Amino acid sequence: MPTFYENKQLVTPGDLLAEGNYVAGENAYKEDGKIYSTQLGLVDYEERRVHVVALRAFYIPYIEDTIIGKVVDVGFSGWMLDINAPYLAMLRASDVLDRPFKPQKNDLFSIFNIGDLIIAKVVAYNRTRDPLLTVGEPSLGKITRGQIVEVTPTKIPRLIGRQGSMISMLKRETGCHITLGQNGLVLVSGKTLEDERLAIMAIRKIDQEAHTSGLTDRVTKMIQKEKGGVKHAQKDN
Amino acid sequence: MTQIIIPHITQKQIVQSISDGKRLDGRGLTDYREVQLEAGIIGSAEGSARVRLGKTEVLVGIKIEVGAPFSDIPNEGVLTVNAELVPLASPTFETGPPGKEAIELARVVDRGIRESKAIALEKLCAIPKKKVFIVFIDIYVLNHDGNLIDASALAALAALLNTKMFKYQVKDGEIEIKPGYTQLPIRNHPIAVTLAKINEKLIVDPELGEEQVMDTRLTMTIEKDGKICAMQKGGSGYFTTQQIMEATKIAQEKSIELRKLMVKG
Amino acid sequence: MPRKTTKKLIDKNGIRADGRKLDELRPIKIEAGVIRNADGSAYIEQGKNKILVGVYGPKEVHPKHLTLLDRALLRCRYHMAPFSVDERKRPAPSRREQELSKVITWAIEPSIFLEHFPRTCIDVFIEVLQANGGTRCAGITAASVALADAGIPMRDLVAACAAGKVEGHLVLDLMDVEDKMGEADLPLALMPNLNAITLLQMDGGLTTDEFEQVVNLALTGCKQIHTLQKEALKARYIAVKKAVEKQ
Repeated sequence: MPTFYENKQLVTPGDLLAEGNYVAGENAYKEDGKIYSTQLGLVDYEERRVHVVALRAFYIPYIEDTIIGKVVDVGFSGWMLDINAPYLAMLRASDVLDRPFKPQKNDLFSIFNIGDLIIAKVVAYNRTRDPLLTVGEPSLGKITRGQIVEVTPTKIPRLIGRQGSMISMLKRETGCHITLGQNGLVLVSGKTLEDERLAIMAIRKIDQEAHTSGLTDRVTKMIQKEKGGVKHAQKDN
Repeated sequence: MTQIIIPHITQKQIVQSISDGKRLDGRGLTDYREVQLEAGIIGSAEGSARVRLGKTEVLVGIKIEVGAPFSDIPNEGVLTVNAELVPLASPTFETGPPGKEAIELARVVDRGIRESKAIALEKLCAIPKKKVFIVFIDIYVLNHDGNLIDASALAALAALLNTKMFKYQVKDGEIEIKPGYTQLPIRNHPIAVTLAKINEKLIVDPELGEEQVMDTRLTMTIEKDGKICAMQKGGSGYFTTQQIMEATKIAQEKSIELRKLMVKG
Repeated sequence: MPRKTTKKLIDKNGIRADGRKLDELRPIKIEAGVIRNADGSAYIEQGKNKILVGVYGPKEVHPKHLTLLDRALLRCRYHMAPFSVDERKRPAPSRREQELSKVITWAIEPSIFLEHFPRTCIDVFIEVLQANGGTRCAGITAASVALADAGIPMRDLVAACAAGKVEGHLVLDLMDVEDKMGEADLPLALMPNLNAITLLQMDGGLTTDEFEQVVNLALTGCKQIHTLQKEALKARYIAVKKAVEKQ
């Protein structure tokens, strides 16, 4: 019952990963006792479970995920949001207005308009229905300031880091408030545009180098160097 | 064509930043994005060039064919400009025949080349009234990140400058192709400069987000001696007379800068 | 404008007009992730062919009535740029382009887990910028790389290559003149790890024996191309890793 790659080795769709008594995990499939990759990614053998961490992926909604969506349509009963997934998501008017909703009395445009960015949570989603969202919790709702960076959704865990080490470092070093959408959209808001620029640069680096080791150290160094550079430049002026 | 919806907060940042005299990507108001030019990359075309204007990417291919002249200008070759917003270039581009946006793009580029008499069309007549050469300029948009007009005009000019014209002779009323090539006769170098008005400020080379928030735009095509040969105001907003005069000055300055990239020496 | 040639296509040593051996592919260069706006993309040069592919999706289906309830709709569009051939091609899709779009869709469909994304569509736009024979195969090869680059789950990559018969010789990867002047051309697409043939067309004449040999020749071509597809997908990540390790 062999495996054909080393842990964390790069594989492409169709590559034979293992044969025999293994279970196909994420981004892998089993046929005739053989396990193949379905994605470009890093193979991971965990005991009998074989899965692939995808390097290129789009977002697939999961219930309880916090995501950042963009309003693209306003209907009679709610809003349609682009959440960077194959499906548009629905936010019902009744979720926002605590009283029963009367379309003729409440103007939905004045609550959320097309082009608004919203932090929301996925409450329902399956094969037959589009994702349903809620904003009915503190910390959810319309985004009023900051900048958005897009990363590959599968790299969000890398942005968080082990026990949150990466994200706490990012917040500490850049002084920015950072909200991670599981759908790959990240909100960065800081005191100055310069702080935000630094955080965005770091996040892009993590996205690009997610498949390498020693990343936290390198990102920390980069931020400190950039901050040093900025101070230096200010002194020169 | 559907539109990409730029988030409100980004729109506000674009406007705010421009009001402060700087753009979100760090450019000044009258700075172009980096221009990259590659000429002669399509072997099956008589001339070709790819221009990258920041992330906007346009490929132009030129084909020369024998055809009939227009009856009112029987002694001149024919110029045809066509633009395709290739669906792989943007989620907003659709398959099917060119829409209004593609047609406007082709016509604005066409006007610049035609009115500046960039191509010596009278030299492309083989048999008066019967057989002339048709110069097809096909604009292929490969990535859309704003200001397709300037990128396409630059790519068209660069492609014209490396277009080879086959040698021929006329024998018994027929065109016979001979071995070898000459340069397509080009005598002017029109450069299109597009300005956008955002919150009463003029900027050049708007990127996609800026195009979404701009009030209006103005394209001026400038000949090599600084004369204006074509204009197009686009979008539903307006300019004041003062703004148009200011735009003229900026366009003339910018055209000199851009022409240096196209024409050596 | 086309010019005529009368050169022989294969010399007495079995060397072809472009210097290749009978069973040799043209030089191939594949690059993934070349169009910024697309969800996935790839560029291929195979000899003088230059082809760009962009993938969008899975996304909402437009027009809506084409929606499939149990799986994603795959739409491949093969299109040639007007300047991609000697005689300018009119931009509107020809009957040939429409047929090729269809067979390319069929060639790629089996490789994708379309059932994972019901009610969506995946658009694959194949633009031939310069054509010199074998563009449908090169288009499939690049499209498969672009789909993997889009992160769309796949059973296998699809590699495609033609083989055929020219001046009595069986040859791999025909270029334009060989296709036009030769006796037979057989384009074939393969999912190499699953050993599944997903495209098979032929025009010309071959005996049963020759047919078998030509299929096998095309299969060896597909396998070589498959290696190049995998390298193209990995290239970016290997480059980043090397750069990091160097620091």
